[in-house]
Amino acid sequence: MTDQKLIPEQSGPAAEAFLSVRDLRIHFDTDDGLVRSVDGVSFDLAPGKTLGIVGESGSGKSVTSLGIMGLHRSKRARISGEIWLEGEELVGASADRVRQLRGRKMAMIFQDPLTAMHPYYTVGQQIVEAYRVHHPAASKKEAKVRAVEMLDRVGIPQPDRRVDDYPHQFSGGMRQRAMIAMALVNDPSLLIADEPTTALDVTVQAQILDLIRDLQQEFGSAVIIITHDLGVVAELADDILVMYGGKCIERGPATTLFDAPEHPYTWGLLGSMPRLDRDLQERLVPVRGTPPSLINVPSGCAFHPRCPYAELTGGRSVSELPVLTEAGPGHHAACHLPTADRHRIFADEIAPRL
Amino acid sequence: MTDTQATAVPAPAPSQDREPLLRVTDLQRHFPITKGVLRRQSGAVRAVDGISFSVMPGETLGVVGESGCGKSTMGRLVTRLDEPTGGKVEFEGTDITHLSTGRMRPLRKDIQIIFQDPYSSLNPRHTVGTIVGAPFRLQKVATEGGVKKAVQELLELCGLSPEHYNRYPHEFSGGQRQRIGIARALALRPKMIVADEPVSALDVSIQAQVVNLLDDLQKELGLTYLIIAHDLSVVRHVSDRVAVMYLGKIVEIADRDSLYAAPTHPYTVALMSAVPVPDPRRKERRERILLTGDVPSPINPPSGCRFRTRCWKAQDICASQEPPLLELRPGHQSACHFPENTEA
Repeated sequence: MTDQKLIPEQSGPAAEAFLSVRDLRIHFDTDDGLVRSVDGVSFDLAPGKTLGIVGESGSGKSVTSLGIMGLHRSKRARISGEIWLEGEELVGASADRVRQLRGRKMAMIFQDPLTAMHPYYTVGQQIVEAYRVHHPAASKKEAKVRAVEMLDRVGIPQPDRRVDDYPHQFSGGMRQRAMIAMALVNDPSLLIADEPTTALDVTVQAQILDLIRDLQQEFGSAVIIITHDLGVVAELADDILVMYGGKCIERGPATTLFDAPEHPYTWGLLGSMPRLDRDLQERLVPVRGTPPSLINVPSGCAFHPRCPYAELTGGRSVSELPVLTEAGPGHHAACHLPTADRHRIFADEIAPRL
Repeated sequence: MTDTQATAVPAPAPSQDREPLLRVTDLQRHFPITKGVLRRQSGAVRAVDGISFSVMPGETLGVVGESGCGKSTMGRLVTRLDEPTGGKVEFEGTDITHLSTGRMRPLRKDIQIIFQDPYSSLNPRHTVGTIVGAPFRLQKVATEGGVKKAVQELLELCGLSPEHYNRYPHEFSGGQRQRIGIARALALRPKMIVADEPVSALDVSIQAQVVNLLDDLQKELGLTYLIIAHDLSVVRHVSDRVAVMYLGKIVEIADRDSLYAAPTHPYTVALMSAVPVPDPRRKERRERILLTGDVPSPINPPSGCRFRTRCWKAQDICASQEPPLLELRPGHQSACHFPENTEA
């Protein structure tokens, strides 16, 4: 670790970045103890780029995204760190200021469009509301024209008729399209999609992923896509961040992350999924054990109880917290194993069975 | 993965000379839609609309399809948790289609089911011991050394610790709960297990553990599986043969390798091309067939071929004539007028 460069953890946004998150921590005070949902996550996102956040349930990926949107305003949530959006810091900003930005500069697509949409209002009314909140000068009529235009853009047939339908009259895929229309109605420069396709069938998932990709090219927004499906991030993301136990354990460009993953957890994830593009494996290689509780995160490296290589670090994985270090150009991993050893293990043991 | 076959079972190829364990012929389930005070039937949801297949002993048949295609209903019909409205289900040569609850009970020892959601399929007020021991009590099966010992052995077989006997389901994670569900299904040493989306509620790293467990149990106990899932890559990993369902019908059924190497039904082709692949470089190269629109309603399925409304190859004949399920290659049946990947 001596000659390796530490990633810049200094405060303030990176120069070219559009969104910079620095040492974000979101903890919740509960009756059972302090839940460290997000514990020191940092990343940068350039305009027009896509960041994929991958992790299992309870790894803190959704909490991170809600934190960026400023949706953890309860007394129980303790947020620290910095979130810079186009040079503006959001953690310390007033609730009113964040509300002005939310929906306008940053918007979100939620996982389950049936619960995220209001059942009592028509789809059109909900899009109109989102538009008029940020365009107070617009008349109802103009807003409705805009809503129809957006529904058309996301591929809903007969948008001028469907605009007056209620969410339950839409199918799952169409509801997700309507949610995307609602999120994009104000041309946000940051779009966060939290498991946008998990509730959908594969054929519809492919349609929605294509739509997100097209719209991103058209609107030039930066996108954060949160998912547990490595296939989905591979389709969309330029950069990938792997989360485990509330921390970022690996971060890098999509191509190198899939070809030469650095962290044993990422190896485990890739090894445990059956793949259609490879020859049939005799047997899957699962990650042993279960994901940790965020109240009692294991000491040292949170992954050490499940890591097959934890013994090779001479006890450091139990006692010492690994930091993200650069393992390749733009590719960081938080692991105690020396980079050379990791590359050897990956080449000898992991790569042949992937 | 030919060795998923139990050791006692010979290779599956010549299917005529062996009796299938399960044979389903023209199975139907129409859910009535009633209207008005008199509850007169005004229509029907044709959830399962005439499907036929058979499962050989020791074999794994995977069933894939999108939500609403009737695959779960089919699983419930085969296990007789639901009453078919037509067709025939035979288990080991016995017709079980309309057996009464009492007559069905002895057969329940042989067919068991694993449910999708490990959170709602275990009674939260019962201990693991009670849950896994219930089949013994219900079937009045005497076990050597008592029920407790048998349950603890089952827990161990499924990768849980025997000390878990007195714990409650909420103390376990999703993967462990699914193991409890599997232990319960295995209690009476069934011949056949129907698994309805056994891994879709689990995290990726846990999915692999459960898939491997199912694999090991099949080898060890010579089980026959009917695995229902929507994830094509999981189905490829576990199955010997695969059936693809669309709107209550089987559109293609074939050996696993034949189906994945050269799918013939356009729907199967489209499904496979839609699966996201964890390889960022492939996204530019690959040709993806994007289906437009949604699955039509099973209340009014399209005439002729049900897939024709979303099919890029559809012609006039597809609307007027329903394509029969024909054997295009040995062991590979497909219901399409214009199949893909065939050298005619």
